[in-house]
Amino acid sequence: MGIEIVGVNKSFGDFVALSDIDLSIPSGGLTALLGPSGGGKSTLLRIIAGLETADSGTIEIEGQDTTNVPAQRRNVGFVFQHYAAFKHMSVAKNVAFGLEIRKRPKAEIARRVEELLELVHLEQFAHRLPAQLSGGQRQRMALARALAIEPSVLLLDEPFGALDAKVRKELRDWLRRLHDEVHVTTVFVTHDQEEALEVADTIVVINDGRIEQVGTPDDLYDKPASDFVLSFLGPVTTLGDRLIRPHDIEISRVEQAAVVDGPITRWTRVGFEIRLEVTPTDARYAPVQVSVTRTEAHALGLHPGDHVWLRPAVGAQSVVSA
Amino acid sequence: MASHATGRGPRRTAATYVRRGLVLVYLFFLVAWPVSLVVTRTFGDGNHLASTLQDPAVVFALQMTVVVAFWAVVINTVFGVGMSLLIVRYDFAGKGLLNTLLDLPLSVSPVVIGLALLLAYGPRDGYFAPVLDAINLQVVFSVPGIIMATAFVSLPLVIREVVPVLQEIGTEQEQAARSLGAGGWQTFRRITLPSIRWALVYGVVLSLARSLGEFGAVKIVSGNISQQTQTATLLVEEKYLEFERGAAYATSFLLTLIAVAALVVVTVLRPKEEKA
Repeated sequence: MGIEIVGVNKSFGDFVALSDIDLSIPSGGLTALLGPSGGGKSTLLRIIAGLETADSGTIEIEGQDTTNVPAQRRNVGFVFQHYAAFKHMSVAKNVAFGLEIRKRPKAEIARRVEELLELVHLEQFAHRLPAQLSGGQRQRMALARALAIEPSVLLLDEPFGALDAKVRKELRDWLRRLHDEVHVTTVFVTHDQEEALEVADTIVVINDGRIEQVGTPDDLYDKPASDFVLSFLGPVTTLGDRLIRPHDIEISRVEQAAVVDGPITRWTRVGFEIRLEVTPTDARYAPVQVSVTRTEAHALGLHPGDHVWLRPAVGAQSVVSA
Repeated sequence: MASHATGRGPRRTAATYVRRGLVLVYLFFLVAWPVSLVVTRTFGDGNHLASTLQDPAVVFALQMTVVVAFWAVVINTVFGVGMSLLIVRYDFAGKGLLNTLLDLPLSVSPVVIGLALLLAYGPRDGYFAPVLDAINLQVVFSVPGIIMATAFVSLPLVIREVVPVLQEIGTEQEQAARSLGAGGWQTFRRITLPSIRWALVYGVVLSLARSLGEFGAVKIVSGNISQQTQTATLLVEEKYLEFERGAAYATSFLLTLIAVAALVVVTVLRPKEEKA
């Protein structure tokens, strides 16, 4: 059940946005479509919503083939990056819109709008216009509006992309908690790997119109299927001929069995973290980025210019570099 | 320093007052003074307004103008909104050409437009004469022709007001409405129309003002027959040439009054809306 996507292709002129996408999104989960801009993830979301049509392939939502069903009859909640608030309507009217279209009784609409505004903590803003709300509040309103129609799936297109870092983080936690309460099958698009890792149950990494990997955040982080996934989910560096995360490298001032050795040529302190660059004495290898905490650096007695020996930490994941 | 200047707006120097003075003098001599003369002449020596309104030809011409302007505005509003949506929301071959054609009525002299309509729909040698004869519809020298000519000259006004607003609001709100279950017509009525309503009202008022004042095209197409196809502007010219100047001034005054009233209504309504 959930959403079944089979053989979906989509091109815009010469540009191939999606090529042969097969994906099944579990019911009731919170799934992230993660990838770089222009990779096709938003297009896929819009095809699920019916706002865009696939050139070929089929979409099934909760066991129903919706490939040729127009957007307004898919019962899909959609949240846009730039809120798409109905500017001429009050917050309450925005939320009521889907219910009014469905011609529900007035009393029921009023009750439901009140519930939803409470859910998104906007009850005291019911009579304001969207222009009088902050970005975060507008997006919560848009979410309430989408939830009002009791959608079979909730789709969010870069929902926090237009917000500043702090509000973004708050809304992210809030979305996670909201989903634990509401349990509607939710798919959101993001290009922020931290957002995906923190919020999603399942992550689908999309790049260049193809699915690179599907898995839980831990799967993706620990067992990346390609060097693209590894590098997209966090910082990576090359140690010898393998890609590895900079914090997975064991560093020592004492000579030991090592992949490479060389002097510390750069030293950048960022808060609690120190980012080092080691230039291997063996010129075949590229400089290696290593990250250690300030405490570790202190314990090891590291200083800029020290000659150090590097090897993967025990249990570190690495991928042969392409 | 910058905050000091921006706090009270730009600094006022002698040049500021010179510039303002120039604008005021220009507007006074070009617009305010001549128009005010029409008003003073109307009420100057005896009240021409009351006596003029006794003249059945004047009453008829004013009614004719109102009816013609009404239909021209209705046609331009419906057509204008449709055209604007077509231009903004869809891509098709010849869109640039269409855009240029839509501006034609503003750039071509109304007299030329009148002649063109005469050639196309004229009774004897007009292009469509056989068809129009067959369905027994007289276009030229009757009301449909006058409405056509008026609609033609005021055609772009609604479109030019609505198109930029449609472009600015984008399609996201409409897509959101769709995803919430609204059909095409519901989306238009509940989302698109309210978003463009002020541009539409402004376009309608401009069209109305333009339609009330149309002269050249109407003069050729109507045949200018008193109490049959004579509109108020044609009557003003006729009365003026026949030395019934009082009637000419009074009718001009009424035409101006309607146009100014429409503009005032819009100006009064608009700020309230934006504040909300």
